[in-house]
Amino acid sequence: MAEPAVYAAFFILAAVTLGGAIAVVTARNILHSALFLALVFVSVAGLYVLLEAPFLAAVQILIYVGAIIVLILFALMLTRRITGERVRQTNAQALPAALAALALLAVLGGLVATFAWRVSTESPPPNTVPLLGEALMRTYMLPFEVAGVVLLVALVGAIILAKER
Amino acid sequence: MIPLYWYLLLAVALFCIGVYGVLSRRNAVGILMGIELMLNAVNINFLAFSRYITPALLTGQIVAIFVITIAAAEAAVGLAIVIAIYRSRSTVNADEIDLMKW
Repeated sequence: MAEPAVYAAFFILAAVTLGGAIAVVTARNILHSALFLALVFVSVAGLYVLLEAPFLAAVQILIYVGAIIVLILFALMLTRRITGERVRQTNAQALPAALAALALLAVLGGLVATFAWRVSTESPPPNTVPLLGEALMRTYMLPFEVAGVVLLVALVGAIILAKER
Repeated sequence: MIPLYWYLLLAVALFCIGVYGVLSRRNAVGILMGIELMLNAVNINFLAFSRYITPALLTGQIVAIFVITIAAAEAAVGLAIVIAIYRSRSTVNADEIDLMKW
């Protein structure tokens, strides 16, 4: 991709991500929050493409937009009476929370912007998917298996918790 | 090439928005959405470090895959808990679920 196009794509995706995220935390209607969250996930997948991680972009769309958003929407539908415009959505500590988040932003942002990152000049391998598969099946075999067990336990736990008694 | 710290600043901003969401939302599902925003910010960081600092190793991408896995498990269990709480108390507002608070 040409250099200006990459910059333009980054700025558009960053603006959509941050604007969507602010809409997620401030929307009056919690259902709208969930839909803005889907927008944020899609634009983060775009950022993954810019970072040359196409497999992660596909996983992001499949897992976050395809599964987690659907789960969240289900939970919102099942817990009704809470989506109305009249229901207050922020608690009493919204202002201190905003100040704390801004302070964290200032501290972390200052650190990140001033630290001298040692950036490598290498370019990533052209096709990362086979390498990822090999790394998961060799170097990261044990974490991979443990992640499978965690998913199974979470699945069983979620069914038991949500089951009608 | 886009400087590394632009991605890091974007991730920091997304993380802080997530923190605000977690701290200020009353609805438990809204709190979970804030957590998802924070996890996404972390993943942007991992992929940015993977691309800019160790492009040949792909470690950041592997870790991001595990983060997404755990996020999916967390969302499933969290939302099941929300539904269970709603069934027994008819509310999902975190400031009304205060049985264990004193």
